[in-house]
Amino acid sequence: MASDTSKRSSYFLISPMALIFAVFLVIPLLTIVVVSFWDYDEYRILPDFILENYKYLLGSSVTWSIYLNTLKYAVLTWVFTLLIGFTVAYFLAFHVRSLTWQIVLFMLCTIPFWTSNIIRMISWIPFLGRNGLLNSALINLGIVDQPLEFLLFSDFAVVLADVHLYTLFMVVPIFNSMMRIDRSLIEAARDAGASGFETLKSVIVPLSKPGIAIGSIFVITVVMGDFITVRLMSGGQSASVGLQISNEIGLLQYPAAAASAVVLLITVLLIVTALLRLVDIRKEL
Amino acid sequence: MTIEKKISKKTIETETGVSRRGFVKGAAVVTGAAIGSGAITGFPTIWAQNIKDVTLRQFGTGVSNINAVADKVKEDLGFTLQMTALDSDAVAQRAVTQPNSFDIADIEYWICKKVFPAGTMQPMDTTKLKNYQYISKLFIDGKLTPDSEIAQGTAPHTVGFVEGADSVEFASAPTQWMTLIPTIYNADTLGIRPDLIDREITSWADLLDPAFKGKASILNIPSIGIMDAAMVCEAMGEVTYGDKGNMTQEEIDKTIAVMIDAKKAGQFRAFWKSFDESVNLMASGEVVIQSMWSPAVAAVRSKGIACKYQPLKEGYRAWGGGIGLAKHLSGLELEAAYEYIDWYLSGWVGAYLNRQGYYSAAPETAKKFMSEDEWGFWMEGKAAEGDILSPEGKVMEKAGAVRDGGSYEERMGSVACWNSVMDENKHMVRKWNEFIAA
Repeated sequence: MASDTSKRSSYFLISPMALIFAVFLVIPLLTIVVVSFWDYDEYRILPDFILENYKYLLGSSVTWSIYLNTLKYAVLTWVFTLLIGFTVAYFLAFHVRSLTWQIVLFMLCTIPFWTSNIIRMISWIPFLGRNGLLNSALINLGIVDQPLEFLLFSDFAVVLADVHLYTLFMVVPIFNSMMRIDRSLIEAARDAGASGFETLKSVIVPLSKPGIAIGSIFVITVVMGDFITVRLMSGGQSASVGLQISNEIGLLQYPAAAASAVVLLITVLLIVTALLRLVDIRKEL
Repeated sequence: MTIEKKISKKTIETETGVSRRGFVKGAAVVTGAAIGSGAITGFPTIWAQNIKDVTLRQFGTGVSNINAVADKVKEDLGFTLQMTALDSDAVAQRAVTQPNSFDIADIEYWICKKVFPAGTMQPMDTTKLKNYQYISKLFIDGKLTPDSEIAQGTAPHTVGFVEGADSVEFASAPTQWMTLIPTIYNADTLGIRPDLIDREITSWADLLDPAFKGKASILNIPSIGIMDAAMVCEAMGEVTYGDKGNMTQEEIDKTIAVMIDAKKAGQFRAFWKSFDESVNLMASGEVVIQSMWSPAVAAVRSKGIACKYQPLKEGYRAWGGGIGLAKHLSGLELEAAYEYIDWYLSGWVGAYLNRQGYYSAAPETAKKFMSEDEWGFWMEGKAAEGDILSPEGKVMEKAGAVRDGGSYEERMGSVACWNSVMDENKHMVRKWNEFIAA
């Protein structure tokens, strides 16, 4: 009897959360799934049950090349944000001794994020352009005699902007994980004769794994779904899955966009599941 | 150009109040009741008193949503015009899916072809418009002059009329029921940087000239981009078309194949989607030749950078927009809407638009509101005698300048194709995506 009451009260307690999830997550998602089977013409969506949207999506070589391209951006961005993010977090956590300085430097990392990310992205364009600051400087210094064209409206530009935008997503969780590492473990490693690199490899990296995994999930999911960075930095010359969805919505092809969104969601969920297999975040938190 | 000047949502209002609308509805009912009872016979007198309280909500693409127009409406007609600017995709979406969110839709003709059959708009009775007679023939039968040829694509007159008051079937000849009253239109061509190009540009084919490798651009709005691409392919002799505004699958495939080859060879520096992007690409020298819109050329020039709107021997790609009535309008609001539309054609707005480098749908009425020099420069292709000012009073062209492409007849008379939506639209969009992803 007593357990019944407690069961009921716990159901009652979780009901607000469950309701919010149902209204803002489950129902919209189900709607997207349902619409992805509908038909459409120029200006209407027609309730129906057709597989044409998926058939075209999965059968088209364009989809495969777009996914490949998006994955390429995701992997490159992930690698660079991880390297930079880990280094910055390591520096903050282990080299900066005083808490005050840690906070000051950490704040310094976040200041650029007080501006809109579109502004941060667009500001690269005059910098990297054919007649931009960087090319002018390189030419004036005599390093190159022709402006470097690959700097802007290229894959390079997209990855550069992504790394710039999302490195902080890596820094924060890794820094958080590192701050939880018991300093005596590092001393113990040193006492046992481990070199700096061995300590890093066998103590710090394994114990930072949850932070790395969380940061990776942030970065990969954001880059997989991104469309504005790809559009602006590639000069509209490259495609990404997000951009494809945005184009379809623009053309009122909601069912096609919904099908693309469902496939993207499944892809990202698979990636996240794989990451969670590697690191049990819940256990480590 | 699709009329999306700025992809920003801005609401332009002269005066507004949410509660006002409720009052207007009430006023309309009272008016209706008064007429019904036969108590008052002089209908105009009663609405003349109430019309001040009407608020009409117009939404559309940025170009014709001009604050000055709303101000002038308040001044001349007494009621409030509330304007919302959206990009053309959003406009089409909203016109179909939220029919009660607007009173007047300002849309392009190719959007009209998609939207009007959805039944959310009502045609206008042309007998109620005293300025109907001044509308350019281009919008009535497709012929600017009796001997001009009808261009390909969604020519405005093909979607300009419906069969009857409740019809959504486009009529093949002018009827009493007009879908849109034309507002703005223009002829688009390639923009070039004459200071960075050292030869004459005469053909659309020059866009893919290897001499401009890495320095060309095309707009990435599929329905318009494909048209520019078709103009290029036709000029190169690579593809021949039955109707560029309504291509077959095979024609689309061939066109896209040519464009993909060019893209892979590195011809394009970037693709642009918004007005500002095209201005920046040109002004920064990233691009020296690209499809462009007339006000974008003016914007580049206003930075002191040479930019020419180059007329080409194959002709122009034209676009046009108009305003139409929402289905739900009735009573006093409908009368106010008719009043507004008739006023739109009466010349003040036309002159304003002509001064921006667009064309007014009723040139004759606009002439009365322009100086002789202005009319000569904008409409007759004559050299300007004094400085030519924009409607805001900024110097656009110095004395002696001649408009690129010449007179109204020369420009609008050599339209090769109108912006359109094709029967094979779905296929076209997919192929276009292939081009972008290639």
